Amino acid sequence: MPWFRRSKVNISPDTQKRELPDGLWEKCPSCGEIIHKKQLELNLWTCLKCDYHWRIGSKEYISFLLDKNSFKEMDRKMRSADPLEFRDTKKYSDRIAEAIKKLDLYDAVRTGTGKIEGRDVALGCMDFEFIGGSMGSVVGEKLARLIDKAYKDKLPTIIISRSGGARMMEGAYSLMQLAKVSARLTKLAEAGIPYISVLTDPTTGGTTASYAMLGDIHIAEPKALIGFAGPRVIKQTIGKDLPEGFQKSEFLLEKGFIDFISHRKDLRTNIIRVLDLLI
Amino acid sequence: MAKTILDFEKPIFELEQKLEEMRKFSDRLDIEKDMVRLEEKVRQLKEEVYKGLTRWQRVQLARHPERPYTLDYIYAMTESFVELHGDRLFRDDKAIVGGLAQLGNHKVVIMGQQKGRDTKSNLYRNFGMMNPEGYRKALRLMKLAEKFNKPVITMLDTPGAFPGIEAEERGQAEAIARNLFEMARLKVPIIVVIIGEGASGGALGIGVGDRILMLENCWYSVISPESCSSILWRSWDYKEQAAEALKLTAPDLLEQGIIDRIIPEPLGGAHKDHKQMADTLKTALIEELDALIKIKPEKLVTARIEKFGKMGVFVE
Repeated sequence: MPWFRRSKVNISPDTQKRELPDGLWEKCPSCGEIIHKKQLELNLWTCLKCDYHWRIGSKEYISFLLDKNSFKEMDRKMRSADPLEFRDTKKYSDRIAEAIKKLDLYDAVRTGTGKIEGRDVALGCMDFEFIGGSMGSVVGEKLARLIDKAYKDKLPTIIISRSGGARMMEGAYSLMQLAKVSARLTKLAEAGIPYISVLTDPTTGGTTASYAMLGDIHIAEPKALIGFAGPRVIKQTIGKDLPEGFQKSEFLLEKGFIDFISHRKDLRTNIIRVLDLLI
Repeated sequence: MAKTILDFEKPIFELEQKLEEMRKFSDRLDIEKDMVRLEEKVRQLKEEVYKGLTRWQRVQLARHPERPYTLDYIYAMTESFVELHGDRLFRDDKAIVGGLAQLGNHKVVIMGQQKGRDTKSNLYRNFGMMNPEGYRKALRLMKLAEKFNKPVITMLDTPGAFPGIEAEERGQAEAIARNLFEMARLKVPIIVVIIGEGASGGALGIGVGDRILMLENCWYSVISPESCSSILWRSWDYKEQAAEALKLTAPDLLEQGIIDRIIPEPLGGAHKDHKQMADTLKTALIEELDALIKIKPEKLVTARIEKFGKMGVFVE
């Protein structure tokens, strides 16, 4: 056996050093390609060389999915009330306050209505940067209201998930958001209003085990981690290494839980096509 | 069965042992007075310990190995129970049991997660951790109940949905999500009882209903105290603090509006008297059923969706 054979094609680059000094360039965490920020934005934050999809937020999705200036945000300032007065190594209320200050977001989902190729839709999009895109009372309530609005105005609904799951710091309240949003989705189903779930990297835990897996159509971005239990927990439980590509979009497509995988650059077109054919 | 004594029960156990020894000599020695005094002391100590349980101590009681499990309740509470197996898709998940049963005057479909008593039965039951086929088995039984207009009773007692490769391959998340969705709109009454551990999505996957009951010494939350400790404190040693922070006991959840009713347990926990516990639960279930079967299906479903819709606290 050769001594110096690499086990993988690339040695994974140091993500910490991704930010290059002048702030105008980004390094692809997957292939190491250096890309100018402007170019990256034009390419919808996907790598020009290897198609790696950066983890982007609601602002970015709205910018390329919806018709220009059509988005009307709902409940923008709804924020967590810290109902359990939760404290671990840090107070939850401090975590919230810091995230709000840093990110100019009030919680892990942005909701509202907008137009896509002239058609009115309801859109919910999660922000992973806000405490791991975790779902607590605010995410649950905002999505529930979005669905109510969609039901009332008969709007096709799109929810883009990027979330670690339910938020620990709100205990059972967080858990109940799974039931709350899932229950509300039954109304769309009964009214025959389409609901498209877009799963992006990562979508795990309670988010997958509720609205992300309840779409009429499931679209995933390439190579996204999608699952119920996190890979680390599974590895610990079974004491074995996980197979290559396990819990990735391509794996879920193969197992029958995703309708199709869409490159981010085709997402808008694909949603338009699906809606055109469904309605 | 060997008796399991939890650490906080040790002082009680020691006094009880002393009392037992004294009884042996009581016909030879004049210790009547001492015995009465000691008995009183034991009674007082018990009340003190069990009334002032910390959240972590309740978690320990919820996991007590002698605690009654789903099948114990089913056999104690119902007549002519017919167990039904399988999801009609893949296989029979032994971590959940269910079937048709007569409960008082009610014909019901009853089910719940089932733990084992020893290593062998625990392996057979997968420690009460369901796979996707378990959630689909539960859903099949619920659909059966709906078809024949029978109320559903589910009993929650699980350390979580099983985190394994095959579980993910067969869609653990989809199976749970589907149940939340279908349970929300099921056209027959659903009563949920937390009888032991209610760990996260794995428990909630059979936990959407019109009335949520919880036995006094159970826990129900988004994560177990141990896992919470390992993630937020990055160590397994903060489970007591995590249990406190999560506010996961029956009194906590009643206050949060997440459960509707606490079912009292015998002093010291459900395991101290299986029969008394089953009788108390049966009485409560019949009361709830009597009320629920009077409600029209459409109203029931609307109220159920609203009930979960109200859960959560936020600032606008």
